[in-house]
Amino acid sequence: MDKNPHKILVVDDEPDLQPLMLQRMRRSIRSGKYTFVFAENGLEALNRLRDEQDIDMVVSDINMPRMDGLTLLDQISQMDPNIRSVIISAYGDMKNIRTAMNRGAFDFITKPVDFEDLQITIDRTLEHMTRWREALASRDKLVTLQNELDIARKMQRAILPTEFPRKPGYRIFGDMEPARNVGGDFFDVIPLGQGRIGLAIADVSDKGVPAALFMMSTRTWLKGAAVGCERPADTLREVNDMLCEKNDAMMFVTLLYGIYDPASGDFTYANAGHNSPVLVRPDESCEMLPLTDGVAIGVMPDMEYQQKTVTLAPGDILNFYTDGVTEAMNEQQEPFGEERLFDILKAAVSEGPEEITRKIFAGLKDFAGSAPQSDDITCLTLCRPAN
Amino acid sequence: MQVIAENKNGILVLLTEGRVDGSNAPEFQEALKDAVGEDARTVVLDFEKLSYISSAGLRVILMFAKQMRRENISFAACSLIASVKDIFAISGFDKIIPIHASQKEALAALG
Repeated sequence: MDKNPHKILVVDDEPDLQPLMLQRMRRSIRSGKYTFVFAENGLEALNRLRDEQDIDMVVSDINMPRMDGLTLLDQISQMDPNIRSVIISAYGDMKNIRTAMNRGAFDFITKPVDFEDLQITIDRTLEHMTRWREALASRDKLVTLQNELDIARKMQRAILPTEFPRKPGYRIFGDMEPARNVGGDFFDVIPLGQGRIGLAIADVSDKGVPAALFMMSTRTWLKGAAVGCERPADTLREVNDMLCEKNDAMMFVTLLYGIYDPASGDFTYANAGHNSPVLVRPDESCEMLPLTDGVAIGVMPDMEYQQKTVTLAPGDILNFYTDGVTEAMNEQQEPFGEERLFDILKAAVSEGPEEITRKIFAGLKDFAGSAPQSDDITCLTLCRPAN
Repeated sequence: MQVIAENKNGILVLLTEGRVDGSNAPEFQEALKDAVGEDARTVVLDFEKLSYISSAGLRVILMFAKQMRRENISFAACSLIASVKDIFAISGFDKIIPIHASQKEALAALG
């Protein structure tokens, strides 16, 4: 990140939050990563922003006396559109989350505040903001396309999860290897209520900074819709309608989103034009999950999506990937294809998700030889541990 | 990649040859735009010789489809090879663009 420490304004009318925040974030404060300033309502927050020009981001509650968080968002975007805001909302409060996103919130977290999640969200927001400032600076300087792609790549990298929950009911690992011409793959792991987890993998149709920005908004809308909707099919419909509203560039994104419930092993998914994930059983049988017939997100508004459920038995593996895997070319211009992917998965069926993901990347590297990588390569693996 | 335009009884047939991916999608977009011109009323995209299309290529098709609808030009695609047909099916594009098995069928449907 470009400067230390980053200054974060926390706006909440609950007196408990301030000492709690300082206590839970003490390591980052001591190491010089963040400093915090506090305000009790929107009005006080605006005054602080005016007085202290070096505030990088705002974390704000919604319901507050004198000026609420949604009004504050409006005011901030008029005052300085480069300040990023994270909203604290009630769990599943889709209406306010939607309004907040429409007013330019970058991300949100839900109550009760999970400080680990908050720290990750703050880090991502600051990382994004740093890249955004770089993008603005390079626009000003009219730097070469290559630099712009480089920034897009960093923006893309900044939003991917790097830490994965370690739970007895499942293991997850994902990684992305960007191509030189950034394509816009991403994946996400979204904690939901009752121990369930949302998993997403996506591929944006364009490249460069516009695709990276489209990817950001897709991710944010997805996260919002994921906590607001019970059914993955409704989540996709919601994301599609939101992205179709302001899609003048006519980009689209293929997106597979599903909810895994470790209690039952059920994975319920809806697919908007993405490659089907592969289910591998301990007996080394491989199958692609059935398609659900959805159109890619951003193509047309008012689309309906279907969902299906598959049950993972202990020892089963579900592997999600983008077409950068199956369509990777070798020196003879042959594609990697599904069979080679199946072979790697079968051979690694007794291993953990990180090893499996690494083996796929290693297999692709061996296969490609000196052939250039033309598309982003993304893999996400979910394992239900054997008993 | 190249796009060859042919006029068949007042229907503009655009034959796309080769691969369309991120590296040549902008050229593909230009080629389609140049080929359609001002006075086309009906367009068939013949993909018999299209060997591969990436998502960047699909985006060009999407923009093309929207332009056709806006200008009230009827259009369809035809003759997709199996692997390209899969790409259209997985992405759901076969639901937003009419696709025919052969050029003959496409011409009959639009004529």
